[in-house]
Amino acid sequence: MSSTATSAPAPLAAAARRSGSTGDRIFAGLCRGAGIFVLILLGAIIVELFIGGLPAFRAFGLGFVWGSNWDPVAEEFGAIVPIYGTIVTSVMALTLAVPVAFGIAYFLTEIAPTPLRRPVGTAIELLAAVPSIIYGMWGFFVIVPVMAQYVQPVIIDSLGEVPLIGVLFAGPPFGTGIFTAALILAIMIIPFIAATMRDVFQTVPPVFKESAYGLGCTRWEVMWNIVIPYTRRSVVGGIMLGLGRALGETLAVTFVIGNANRLSASIFAPGNTIASLVALEFGEAEADSLKLSALLALGFILFVLSFIVLAISRLLLRPRAGQ
Amino acid sequence: MNRLATLVGAAVATLGLAVSAASAQQITGAGATFPNPVYQKWGEAAEKAVGIQLNYQSIGSGAGMTQARNRTVDFGASDAPMSAALLEEHKLLQFPTVMGSLVAIVNVPGVADNQMKMTGELLADIYLGKITKWNDSRLVEMNRGLTLPNLAIAPVYRGDGSGTTFVWVSYLSAVSPQWKEKVGVGTSVKWPAGTGARGNEGVASTVRNTRGAIGYVENAYALQNKLVSTQLRNRAGNFISPTHESFIAAAENADWNAPNFAANLIDQQGAASWPIVSPTFVLLPKDPKDAARSANVMKFFDWAFANGTKLAEELEYIPLPKAVQDAVRASWKLHVKGADGKPVM
Repeated sequence: MSSTATSAPAPLAAAARRSGSTGDRIFAGLCRGAGIFVLILLGAIIVELFIGGLPAFRAFGLGFVWGSNWDPVAEEFGAIVPIYGTIVTSVMALTLAVPVAFGIAYFLTEIAPTPLRRPVGTAIELLAAVPSIIYGMWGFFVIVPVMAQYVQPVIIDSLGEVPLIGVLFAGPPFGTGIFTAALILAIMIIPFIAATMRDVFQTVPPVFKESAYGLGCTRWEVMWNIVIPYTRRSVVGGIMLGLGRALGETLAVTFVIGNANRLSASIFAPGNTIASLVALEFGEAEADSLKLSALLALGFILFVLSFIVLAISRLLLRPRAGQ
Repeated sequence: MNRLATLVGAAVATLGLAVSAASAQQITGAGATFPNPVYQKWGEAAEKAVGIQLNYQSIGSGAGMTQARNRTVDFGASDAPMSAALLEEHKLLQFPTVMGSLVAIVNVPGVADNQMKMTGELLADIYLGKITKWNDSRLVEMNRGLTLPNLAIAPVYRGDGSGTTFVWVSYLSAVSPQWKEKVGVGTSVKWPAGTGARGNEGVASTVRNTRGAIGYVENAYALQNKLVSTQLRNRAGNFISPTHESFIAAAENADWNAPNFAANLIDQQGAASWPIVSPTFVLLPKDPKDAARSANVMKFFDWAFANGTKLAEELEYIPLPKAVQDAVRASWKLHVKGADGKPVM
């Protein structure tokens, strides 16, 4: 811009500036419009889900959230089983995925020999692009039989007999269930978290790390005291991205969670998540039925749940006083 | 970039041509998943034979009923019959097209196809979670010739809402008062025990992969996947293997004079009848917006009744008895009328 302005004759330059400013204004308007459009869309979805779910909320009150009864025949609906399933599978998936993803990112940025970094990094990114139906089918045909024949029987016969924690591992070895779903979810979100972590670890200025190494820090000390504090926000952001995907994942979970609307303490027992239940029941929910309304209400609850997760992550990321 | 644009353009043009060439005789239907394979096969064959192209979307019986009510498709399809009141209210004609049968499948070491003897009461108790081991005394009693292992029973059901589940729980309700009272009938129910799998394929695979599993699928899936089915005791007290003959026997012994053809083929009389047979239905507006399209729907099923029998049997469906087909044809003439009050067909 500036070079044209200096070299061109005065009237031309003025014209360019004027058209430029109109262009700027149009562009700014478009950008603002896009931003507002997203807000409106989001609001419209929330309102639409809430209105759709209103008959269910009216019929069951707040009990809809706490009720454990999901009986389409008697038209009695309670959401606690899928809510519980959604939260438990997502949290378990995060617990499994974060250490692994951290290890991958740490390896790729600090330990791996340079020629290895690019191919492994690309492989991780490719994994993030695998459609969820593939994970679902792989889970169903490969992981579930392994769980049913080898993993679960062994754990049920050993840990399942231990008092107190035994109930966590009780029940017949179906192969499907809460734990298998969490495992598949963990595998699905590892690439997301690992890729984000690797990218942000690379943004740490080398001079920081070199100074620390110069002071005699070990690799771990550099990671823990320099890299993590510097990238804390983005790391949490990456984890939240993974959690968001885990909360809303539908197809892969449907294949392996066992689809039972019953509460159970055992992590091997079949359960359900909100997204999976909605996807399964939607086709057979008639227009204007209480069931359809209950499903929309579930969608609304999932929305609120995701919102709470996001809000908590923002809260965690608040800049600390004095920083 | 340019090449891409040309390619896309060509694709759009081809698609447009294909659509415009076919749209003259196109009919649309949506709903039940159970008859989807045979409707697709009939659609292919009918396009060649009578030039009617069927666009059928298997989106589920509930959605099929909704679409028929809203008149967004030429016909809706449902595995469960619609209630007489709703049919009346939304001016829909209901007729059966084809029948199917359900079988119980098991994965028990040492038990081969059609060896195990089962009764509806036992099945209900298994799905209620009251019988939990394969060597339960009641099962052993019934199967003296088999050695049943000390293995947990893993009941598998359809996790998605489905017409198959509707038929299955209709049967359990018919034979077990306790099931009727505790669980009831619907396209999805509150299962007291077991695990859910998605679709017939999902149930078939889960049963095959899980030792001690029991499930229910349409007969076609049991045959295709070479699963182990059981014998069932019918109303007459005989143990019957799931064969084509036993399905036909059930269809012939049913009372088809029920209003709106909503015949109940579950657990019917007849010494050789298989107890779990069920028709699937089509919902057609009695006051079609577009009489020509509605006429084509009837022409399509008329052709399918006359010429689609072999195709249906290849896919393990059971064709309607001749008398029922004729009664359906008569009902078209009687009920489906254009704006001028004359029969469309």
